[in-house]
Amino acid sequence: MWSYLARRSAQAFFTLLIITVLCFLLTRFSGDPIAQYAANPRMSAEDKAALRERLGLNQPLPVQYFKWLGLAAQGDLGNSFFAKQPVTKLIFQRLPNTMALMFVTEFFTIIAALILGIISAVKQYSLLDNVITTFSFIGFSMPIFFSALGLLLIFAVQFKEWGLPYLPTGAAVWDKKDPVQYIYNMILPVTALVFVQSAGYSRFVRTSMLEVLGSDYIRTARAKGLTTRAVLFKHALRNAALPLVTIVGLDIPFFLGGAIVTESIFSWPGMGRLFWEYAQRSDYPVVLGILLIISIAVVTFTILTDVLYTFVDPRIKIS
Amino acid sequence: MTTDVPTLDSPVFNSAISAKVLTPGQLVWRRFRKHRMAVYGMIGFAFLLVYIIGGALFVTQKTANAVDLQARLSPPSQQYWMGTDSTGRDVFARIIYGGQVSLVVGALAVIIQVTLGVLIGGIAAYYGGWVDAILMRFTESMLSIPQLFLLIVLGKFIGKEIDSIMIFGRAISGSIIIVIFVVGFTSWMVLARIIRANVLSLKELDYVSVSRSLGASNTRIFFRHLIPNTMGIIIVSTTLGLAGAILSEAYVSFLGLGIQPPTASWGNMLTSAQSFISQGSWWMWIFPSLFIVFTILTINLIGDGLRDAFDPRSNRHI
Repeated sequence: MWSYLARRSAQAFFTLLIITVLCFLLTRFSGDPIAQYAANPRMSAEDKAALRERLGLNQPLPVQYFKWLGLAAQGDLGNSFFAKQPVTKLIFQRLPNTMALMFVTEFFTIIAALILGIISAVKQYSLLDNVITTFSFIGFSMPIFFSALGLLLIFAVQFKEWGLPYLPTGAAVWDKKDPVQYIYNMILPVTALVFVQSAGYSRFVRTSMLEVLGSDYIRTARAKGLTTRAVLFKHALRNAALPLVTIVGLDIPFFLGGAIVTESIFSWPGMGRLFWEYAQRSDYPVVLGILLIISIAVVTFTILTDVLYTFVDPRIKIS
Repeated sequence: MTTDVPTLDSPVFNSAISAKVLTPGQLVWRRFRKHRMAVYGMIGFAFLLVYIIGGALFVTQKTANAVDLQARLSPPSQQYWMGTDSTGRDVFARIIYGGQVSLVVGALAVIIQVTLGVLIGGIAAYYGGWVDAILMRFTESMLSIPQLFLLIVLGKFIGKEIDSIMIFGRAISGSIIIVIFVVGFTSWMVLARIIRANVLSLKELDYVSVSRSLGASNTRIFFRHLIPNTMGIIIVSTTLGLAGAILSEAYVSFLGLGIQPPTASWGNMLTSAQSFISQGSWWMWIFPSLFIVFTILTINLIGDGLRDAFDPRSNRHI
């Protein structure tokens, strides 16, 4: 166990090192960070050169990289060129919003997937199963902007036009006095995300449920006269839900990044929009900081999920 | 006296002999045909191709890119079957040409994706050791960055102005080349891992040792003996990868980093749909979206059928 952990951690360390080099090169050269001053008539060429000097943009590339890496290792991700604030501060302003959005989404996604998956497994090849399968295939093939824009059009724009109670189009700012408004703003983005995400999850639950339902211990449970409900929820579901642990565990770190498109469409002030706004401005410290945080989370959670799984499912042994 | 033992010319043997011996390819096709949804998917995809290729015979690209500010944002009507967009361009015509762009971008991106995936996964498994370690750490690091983030960063990285290019006498935005590379470079990792796992087990088999002892070169063993044996996986991944690539193109173009107007793509048609959705112009949203969903759905169904068909253990469809 410990040697396994040590080996995985060593691998993870190299993976992260490659990520930092890769991301640094990609973001550092994606556009000129001080191009946003280009149109400013008050800035002369000398001023720009001085600014470059001050921001350290004219130093040799390896120096820039190791400076950034050294500071990042100490938890300092540098300052945003545009907002002139520490990157960590910008990120921690947005992180709660993204976490709220993503965890609520994940909660409803899992519930929807369990319900749909169990129904279609228990009633395999019935009309209901076919309907659910069709919908999950459609959901699986759907880009998020389809559901997001559709919900926006129907529940925010058309409902308003028809004089019905309508939902806000977005622009949520956390107002401590008004949590109701916050939840209101959350309804549409969460629905759009759940619709698309539960499609894949429910197929997964269906498959693993079918596998479990065909196994001997379920037949034994039925044979000794247990009710269908007890067989399904006490015996089958527990094992069928196990693989879901892996999927959810591997998905959680990606939550940190939020949902770029959904957050943009509903003007949700989360990490995805932060990333997108600053990527457009070539503000590379922010972009780089977000990428680093997400990838550290992804790499850590991959190992954690593997280890956790051996505890949840003792049949699995790691070597 | 006759016995019950069948002789060589008895009907039992005759039927066994005359039953055609099927090649693996024919077996795959037979299993595929039995997969009802996959066949529907194929028919649907064929209809789609007829629409976006055949449609070009009736509507010119000039019509698709023609701006008519007088008719901007008009809902579907006799003249404009699917309405017009914010600059008065015909959505019906733009879907035809946007579809061609989206499918071609998807197809070319998949070629890059599969080439990279097969080479990186195959080489890592075949040579093992530190080659494997380095390539797999690289694959892992690319996988640890969410794909949309990677698409954006890479799109910004190589996002330079490229002049319009002429293809078949049509002026097409140069951004198409960037999108192809961006999508191709960000999607090969999963395939590389699958190919690696397969080649790892294949290279231990006897026929590979035999081939090596007969003096076959590494290249020959790799391309002649190992890769053809992963063909099933490659074909399935290519199909499902096409769906993913079309979706990725739609995402990048939707965000404005992809194909630049006036060249239409289903993704960039939705960008303007987003800006005008608050005015209730539903046609700008629904038509390109439906085409994207329909395309991805049919390709996914085909890919699903292929996966079952290539799986030798799945006999249920014979």
